[in-house]
Amino acid sequence: MLTKRIIPCLDIKNGRTVKGINFVNLIDAGDPVVLAKQYADLGADELVFLDISATLEGRKTMLDMVLKVAEQVNIPFTVGGGISSVEDVDALLKCGADKVSINSSAVKRPDLVNELADKFGSQCVVVAIDAKQINGEWFVHLAGGTIPTELNLFDWAKEVEKRGAGEILFTSMNNDGTKAGFANEALAKLSSELNIPIIASGGAGTVQHFIDTFTIGKSDAALAASVFHFGEIPILELKQELKANNIPVRI
Amino acid sequence: MKLVIINYGAGNIKSIQFAFKRLGVDAILSNNIDEIRAADKVIFPGVGEASTAMKMLQESGLDKVIPTLKQPVLGICLGMQLMCNSSEEGNTKGLGIFNVEVKKFTKAVKVPQMGWNVIYDLKSDLFTGIKEKEFMYLVHSFYAENCEEAIATTDYEIEYASALQKDNFYGVQFHPEKSGVEGSKILENFLKL
Repeated sequence: MLTKRIIPCLDIKNGRTVKGINFVNLIDAGDPVVLAKQYADLGADELVFLDISATLEGRKTMLDMVLKVAEQVNIPFTVGGGISSVEDVDALLKCGADKVSINSSAVKRPDLVNELADKFGSQCVVVAIDAKQINGEWFVHLAGGTIPTELNLFDWAKEVEKRGAGEILFTSMNNDGTKAGFANEALAKLSSELNIPIIASGGAGTVQHFIDTFTIGKSDAALAASVFHFGEIPILELKQELKANNIPVRI
Repeated sequence: MKLVIINYGAGNIKSIQFAFKRLGVDAILSNNIDEIRAADKVIFPGVGEASTAMKMLQESGLDKVIPTLKQPVLGICLGMQLMCNSSEEGNTKGLGIFNVEVKKFTKAVKVPQMGWNVIYDLKSDLFTGIKEKEFMYLVHSFYAENCEEAIATTDYEIEYASALQKDNFYGVQFHPEKSGVEGSKILENFLKL
């Protein structure tokens, strides 16, 4: 049986791991390569690196980091942040990234999803969507959640699936940083309306939140950062707890 | 040990190269026919779309070479699928090494299958030291049907062949290079064949 995935997310700025709480106030949480290797050993199923560097030098550092991670880590990883062209993706995949995630650039130019799926295959195209629920409706936000759009979360998710996305990484801005649980209602809707895997992101605080997102939220994978980085939820214990709750996990 | 990874433009060969490097083996990336023939072991990788990958093989003449290789050959993911008779992906005629067809998962399950699933009914030296129902990492929308040449089985919607063997040819649907310590063991076993 295909298992549910636990994915630590490492936000990277200038070669270091950081985690934004509600997308601001960055806290340093270590060296990405060391952290990645440790997570692989501890039972993480996959890793996501999100580049939040704004500068060109920052981007170059990212390619070096991807190469180092690929050399040392024996589980799959996704790289996201600032990717806007076929060339960007080509460079990352050549450095050993397994998948890339695109976000704002897909909204600005939806054809990018088709181009990436055609050239590299859907399996490596993750479309990340940041959305916020306003008066009951979910609106897609861009640029790390700072720019609101008129796009509806579910319409956009279905469109990118049609265009060739292999996976959706949905971050609820209402939940992110709150440690009050994932946006399970929206996640369950995404999972039932789409036929590609859905990664839940935003809101992980307790083991029960993970149980809930896999059962109530029907998520295929759950992503979190600070609860893992600061050792609040050890991955092995989390997986044992999930297994005890009849959720299939790799253990 | 001369290990060649066939470099025909399809897929993430860096990860495979790094995985062997972690085992202490420097793999050569090559599309040179003589170099491939002279290797002790050959890896046939592949990620992406079947008909496009097949075209790339044809352009370099590798479609004629691969089926005639005598040393152990390991196809990974799409590499394995291209070694079969045919694939429903892009109505692609395969290399016909494995006597089996590659089909698409139906809409009853999420496609691609993405993540860790177990392999069982293990029947080859490739799996020495690997326990039944070990977890492997898979990403695929098409699968080889269960058949006589299956040396591992996986269940996703149906039971299908997650590894195949015929003579010196081996194929795995999963990514041993991304399947942690156990995946690495499979690559090590391949080097020992």
